[in-house]
Amino acid sequence: MANVQAGVPPTEKALEAERAGARPRSDLSRQRLRSAWLFLAPMLLVLALVAGWPLLKTIWFSLTNASLSNLEGADFVGLRNYWEYVDYGDGEGEYFGLLFDPQWWNAVWNTVYYSVISVAIETVLGLVFALVLNAEFKGRAFVRAAVLIPWAIPTIVSAKMWAWMMNDQFGILNDMLMAIGIISSPIAWTADPDTAMWAVIIVDVWKTTPFMALLILAGLQMVPGDVYEAAKIDGIHPVKVFFKVTLPLIRPAILVAVIFRALDALRVFDLIYVLTPNNTQTKSMSVFAQENLFQFDKFAYGSAASTLLFLVIAFITLFYIKVARLDLGGRGS
Amino acid sequence: MPYALKRTGFYALVVFIVLFSVFPFYYAILTSLKSGTALFRVNYLPVDFDLANYEGVLTNGVFPTNILNSVIVAVVVVAISLFLAVTAAYALSRINFAGRGLLLLTILAVSMFPQIAVLAGLFEMVRWAGLYNTLFSLIFAYMIFTLPFTVWVLTTFMRDLPVEIEEAAIVDGASPFTIVMRVFLPLMWPALVTTGLLAFIAAWNEFLFALTFVSNNSTRTVPVAIALLSGASEQEIPWGTIMAASVIVTVPLIVLVLIFQRKIISGLTAGGVKG
Repeated sequence: MANVQAGVPPTEKALEAERAGARPRSDLSRQRLRSAWLFLAPMLLVLALVAGWPLLKTIWFSLTNASLSNLEGADFVGLRNYWEYVDYGDGEGEYFGLLFDPQWWNAVWNTVYYSVISVAIETVLGLVFALVLNAEFKGRAFVRAAVLIPWAIPTIVSAKMWAWMMNDQFGILNDMLMAIGIISSPIAWTADPDTAMWAVIIVDVWKTTPFMALLILAGLQMVPGDVYEAAKIDGIHPVKVFFKVTLPLIRPAILVAVIFRALDALRVFDLIYVLTPNNTQTKSMSVFAQENLFQFDKFAYGSAASTLLFLVIAFITLFYIKVARLDLGGRGS
Repeated sequence: MPYALKRTGFYALVVFIVLFSVFPFYYAILTSLKSGTALFRVNYLPVDFDLANYEGVLTNGVFPTNILNSVIVAVVVVAISLFLAVTAAYALSRINFAGRGLLLLTILAVSMFPQIAVLAGLFEMVRWAGLYNTLFSLIFAYMIFTLPFTVWVLTTFMRDLPVEIEEAAIVDGASPFTIVMRVFLPLMWPALVTTGLLAFIAAWNEFLFALTFVSNNSTRTVPVAIALLSGASEQEIPWGTIMAASVIVTVPLIVLVLIFQRKIISGLTAGGVKG
């Protein structure tokens, strides 16, 4: 064994020690450790400047009376932007602040409604697309390429394209639906309070189903082929195979895709801002915050809304990290 | 169910998927080639071929400048984030140090940040640094979504490379920086192309920061320019022009995506489902 030991180059040992997580002993591993932090420093500095500090500042602004024209001189006001009781005397009084603002709760409701419905439709449709793309057929490469197109189109462009297609007088969507006989008169999709939210959901489903399909497809391709072989030999009906075998196996991939999309949907801004501007039926939390920050000159109030949205998303992210059980340790698992 | 019927059903589904994916963009191209009253007639097949909208959008106004702005911002963002990410990914994937897992977790958490949560703080910073109304504000701000993503994907890529490749270099006494540049970089082109392209698309498409940090028409990037394109009056939305501008900014993206589609799919899944 002695000569094997001697035959191992020192680097190998150093690397081995590192891999095992041992304390750095040699000069080499100390040098590597130093350079690790040197390599990480610029990236960490940029992230701290662009994410950490601004986040703390946003939270700070939400506790002040800052306005667009007076950011530096803002005074601390505690939680007043979130919750404030104004006493009128004689036992009369009124609650103010974000948590008592019906417009905020309307934005919360819109965002949740939009997220749940669009993610649900995208998951089902994405699963169907993925199953089709996983099958062997002529022209599969072409279909796979076609499916990527909506994903590649900028959200703003999608919103404009669909706004034109959904135009009440000259839109092709009304023309199609009337030709088939589903509707009898043109619908003002983006302007009508009854359909505005559905217009947003339709465009979102169109744009993000491909992404969903690709994530689910990656899961489907991990399912070993012999599972299907075995089921076929046993003469089990394909529908049963799907629900009893395929679905449980790709459940983790679907779950991760759903959480990813849900996080994305909860912070929706572009699509709603461009497709249905100034519409209370579709206003999302992000749009509410942006409007207060920069249009209504209620900078502190907008910051409070941003902070609450951040807390919601942080909570779901923690949940996601727990569910996905990410491999962060290194080569293990 | 008879086999023929099943087959027909399957191909009907395939046709539906293709039409669903392609039709809206096809219709945008169709519209962009119409002008005048032809715009207001619904056609399913191309009947007009009029380049007036393209001519209009490329010669009048500041749209060409907007395109240039978008190219500059996206290219610089990709270059900076790839450079920072390659060295960081080397440290995160090849060197074992205390707190590595926590660091990776933090980076992943930042990639989930809603942009709106940092908007107020970033706005104050941008104004304080005198970057308001400049492209620098966007280049800086876009790091928040390109950097975590590139670091994450490159780290998973580097982690899977065999340990032998750097041994020889270590024996020769090469410094870690030399190892990254001479040993890893040549092996990483596939991953760099994928992450670079995804970062480019993200920067090219970004809207909220571009809307907030720039208020000058000639400093805007294309998404904001398209969103704000308007006609002589509120009622007169120039659909032909908007569609022409949309097609111009989208065609290069679609071409890139189709060329690199396999790499993009693997990049998306690496960033999304690495469990």
